[in-house]
Amino acid sequence: MSPHSTYETLRQFADSWGLLTMVVVFAAFAAWPFRPGAREANEAAANMIFKDDDHGE
Amino acid sequence: MESVVARAGVWLAALFVAIVFFVNAVDTGFAVHMAIFALAALAGLVITLTKTNYLAVATGVKVAADQSRYDDDLIRAGVILTTFWGCVGFLAGLYIALQLAFPVLNLGFEYTTFGRLRPLHTSAVIFAFGGTALISTSFYIVQRTCRARLALPALARFVFWGYQLFIVIAATGYVMGITQGKEYAEPEWYADLWLTLVWVAYLIVFVATIMKRSEPHIYVANWFFLSFILTVAMLHLVNNVNLPISIFGSRSYPVWAGVQGALVQWWYGHNAVGFFLTAGFLAMMYYFVPKQAERPIYSYRLSIIHFWSLIFLYIWAGPHHLHYTALPDWAQTLGMVFSVMLWMPSWGGMINGLMTLNGAWDKVRTDPIIRLMVFSLAFYGMSTFEGPAMSIKWVNSLSHYTDWTIGHVHSGALGWNGMITFAAIYYLTPRLWGRERMYSLRMVNWHFWLATIGIVFYASSMWVAGIMQGLMWREYGADGYLVNSFAETVAAMHPMYIARAFGGVLYLTGGLIMAYNVWQTVAGNLRDELPLRQAAYDQAADRPLPAAAVPAE
Repeated sequence: MSPHSTYETLRQFADSWGLLTMVVVFAAFAAWPFRPGAREANEAAANMIFKDDDHGE
Repeated sequence: MESVVARAGVWLAALFVAIVFFVNAVDTGFAVHMAIFALAALAGLVITLTKTNYLAVATGVKVAADQSRYDDDLIRAGVILTTFWGCVGFLAGLYIALQLAFPVLNLGFEYTTFGRLRPLHTSAVIFAFGGTALISTSFYIVQRTCRARLALPALARFVFWGYQLFIVIAATGYVMGITQGKEYAEPEWYADLWLTLVWVAYLIVFVATIMKRSEPHIYVANWFFLSFILTVAMLHLVNNVNLPISIFGSRSYPVWAGVQGALVQWWYGHNAVGFFLTAGFLAMMYYFVPKQAERPIYSYRLSIIHFWSLIFLYIWAGPHHLHYTALPDWAQTLGMVFSVMLWMPSWGGMINGLMTLNGAWDKVRTDPIIRLMVFSLAFYGMSTFEGPAMSIKWVNSLSHYTDWTIGHVHSGALGWNGMITFAAIYYLTPRLWGRERMYSLRMVNWHFWLATIGIVFYASSMWVAGIMQGLMWREYGADGYLVNSFAETVAAMHPMYIARAFGGVLYLTGGLIMAYNVWQTVAGNLRDELPLRQAAYDQAADRPLPAAAVPAE
């Protein structure tokens, strides 16, 4: 493959399937904390840092 | 016994290798650095041989670490070293600020020129002060949020002290003129290889601690730390692909050349800001702000969305450092668009931190540590608004290469990174040494005000200097010639340079007050002082009023 066509191939992949994959993966990650039943999990996670006294005593 | 011999053998081998490189060195700087490596190996050897519990080895009793205690030795060392490196870095910054105002301070020695001391300053504050703070707080936070003792203690010690060795190699190298000439990636190839070793070990220790956690969920601060460790490893490796001229010499040449090299450099440089100075410090924010405010983070959902948004957007923003250069126009525009989009996740983090205080805003008045945190978040918000604005080509044509950039960087570095680190130090010191509180909360308050006023002087003088400089550079006369010579723009900035240096004096003074406060706290002293807020109490008036006797008539 000539350098020029390597560039073209990567460039076309980047603004088609590459871009689509990124958007879909990002949307899935961002939607994850909104899944049903996530509210309690989020609340527990946010409060978890208060369970520790030092050295877990 | 075998393990003691093996470890001593590794140190001895390292010592021999360093000596071989020292003897064969083709330049003085390389020889000095190999001598430093040799001394470090010797120190490791001596510590291994003297600190071993030979009685336990002889009797075959294995002394296991108490898994119900956190491993805080490194973090204590980290708090002290962070304070130390902070003061060193601020002092270096003040000195080079004064050099810009009074060039005679270059002193006429090659070792003390601005060009050599400037990377010393940037590396001292970012990598020595910031990096030590990140490694120490990440070890503290990952243990607390995983409810597990730090995994692989020996490797963790290698990470911590190996990183300090990297700092010493980098700093001495700058003064001796050893540099790759890449901003924030100045250390030469052998220092880069050493840092790679340290960083991989860091990743292993961090992940191993997460894997032995007793909490089911991995708290969001650890996500930020993990992204910081992973991304910095990737950036460091790609940007430092260099070929040394001789393996016994300090010079090397990069594999990337020309505009590709520039793009890789700024892909590295901007993500060093994004993942070292943002993600890592956000991790500190997500632990210390809720703990100090004694309230959970405002929205855990927001923390996750803003985490992924930062990760997905930051990595593309680097080209905005190369506007109007040989970089293809589409790449410049891409960098600009992603930089503008970054504004949102950045403010997501700021809002999440600030709103954590919702319902407890009185703490800003009564708790100087909370005040440091709130101002740190406010400066984070300001600089992450300013940054996207400056990345717009139209603004950048004015701001680029001017001192506005320097002002922008410092409102982020002094405001956001500095103040959240100070808050973390004030949070950690009494806890790590088992003290009731810091030696003096009033000194924390002094530190807060000195730092804040110092930043105001710094940022405002650099705004004026930068915009003036940009306008003077582009000013054309009626006949089409540039109106100002370069030297005239330099002379015009002199008063602003002095105002900036004054801001630096204030900021450094705050840092020295912190150092004294930490020192006294470690020594176990409590300053006899009035609390910051006290409701009025008059003991003499605190009594019932008997009915007044009616005078006889």
